[in-house]
Amino acid sequence: MNFLGSFLTPQGVATAAFFMVVGMTIVGALIAVAARNIFHNVLGLVLALIGVAGLFLYLNSPFVALMEILIYVGAICIAICFAIMLSEPMYLPRPPRKLTKILGAAAGAGLIFVFLFLLTKKTTWVPAAQRSTDWSVTTIGHYLLTNYALIFEVVSLLLLVAMLGAIVIARGGRGSS
Amino acid sequence: MDVLTHSLGSEGVRMIVGLIGVIALVSVNALFLIWMERKVAAHMQLRPGPMEVGPHGAIQTVCDAVKLMGKELITPEEVDKPIYYLAPIVVFLPVLLTFLVIPFSQTMVIKDLNVGIILILAFSSLSVLAILMAGWSSKNKYSVFGAIRSVAQNIAYEIPLLITVMSVILMVGSFKLTDIVVAQSRYWFILVQPLAFILYIICATAETNRTPFDLPEAESELVAGFHTEYSGMRFALFFLAEYTNMFIVSAVATVLFLGGWHGPILPGAIWFLLKVYALIFLIMWFRWTFPRVRFDQLVTFAWKILIPLSFVNLLLTALALKIF
Repeated sequence: MNFLGSFLTPQGVATAAFFMVVGMTIVGALIAVAARNIFHNVLGLVLALIGVAGLFLYLNSPFVALMEILIYVGAICIAICFAIMLSEPMYLPRPPRKLTKILGAAAGAGLIFVFLFLLTKKTTWVPAAQRSTDWSVTTIGHYLLTNYALIFEVVSLLLLVAMLGAIVIARGGRGSS
Repeated sequence: MDVLTHSLGSEGVRMIVGLIGVIALVSVNALFLIWMERKVAAHMQLRPGPMEVGPHGAIQTVCDAVKLMGKELITPEEVDKPIYYLAPIVVFLPVLLTFLVIPFSQTMVIKDLNVGIILILAFSSLSVLAILMAGWSSKNKYSVFGAIRSVAQNIAYEIPLLITVMSVILMVGSFKLTDIVVAQSRYWFILVQPLAFILYIICATAETNRTPFDLPEAESELVAGFHTEYSGMRFALFFLAEYTNMFIVSAVATVLFLGGWHGPILPGAIWFLLKVYALIFLIMWFRWTFPRVRFDQLVTFAWKILIPLSFVNLLLTALALKIF
């Protein structure tokens, strides 16, 4: 009972929760990259994204965490699954991975990692306790239309590009078959 | 218990008690709803339905549940095992989590989060993923077809659902479910948002895969759709999740449009449950009134009628709020 009591301190629970969500994120990301079955890749991505949502929750941002689940898991991952089911059959043998592809992907990921690392070093971080915890609709709306308007627009541009890309790929497939 | 109260606080104990209550409610609700569905179906077809076990067959579903628990769990040879085993769990967990924020009365809510309505929408979108996992891992063409249909349907109907919910949130200015109910103490929102209510009910019927939108499990063409290869308790979990989902969409409709726990004389929780079961009866009524739609009709209806209408409703709401 004493052992249980010492483990069940708020700090203990918080640390355990933190390592659990970090573990989920990393394991999910590894499955997403390493598995050879494309459906398993997507499920790994889902696990990683839920882990990231857990991190947001840990940082006291429930709104962002739930949006992560709603948009990324609920919409994007499911759209990816849908695309997979409509593409080539999964029972066909898959060719082995090309070394150049792996190296290229590793280089791209490395560059992003360096960029994010430098960014995190430059940013001055405010502890969660000192940040505003006002998550009312009005505040979020104001932020989206003032401080973060540019980011909001850039994201919509990205979606437009993705949509155009999907149309181009789909049309190409229709013409050749 | 002392250690628990000391380390988790009264909040933690409230969570544990709430969770036990939710699990009890989910199982009893499912048993009741299956019996209700059979009775409603029977009476609409001028026959009595189950009558043998208990008064008016009330214990019939309990016997069915015991039978399902005793059944062998068959795992087909070719299935993708980890995903096949995970799918019934993934379908059930988010359903339990959504009960965290549902306000049965002013005080009967486990955790009244600021982002309550988003929590319900986010977690109910996970059930599609479970259907996809079940359908795909079964390695059966009927299952895969059921899963594909389910995804296309859910993507199409989730958009008008979200936009419709947004027009109510615009009126209240809060994602908190209790705030939404409190805002309806003078009049129910169904009076000022009739179009939104109709849109919501249509989308909710589609999201829960009920007839006329039950294409993912259309028994006359797809055997049983995504759960064809499941048996025993695994199949029962899908069933349980489906009926609980029906309860949740009705509860959300009650909160958004029917004034939640508000009502004269009777206590709030009773009013809440009465409204929820009235809506569930409405959804069951649909099943014996409308024939199943064809798939292209289903998707066209969502993209060409429901989504524009929900946007019009949102714009009108915003305009009305600006003017008045």
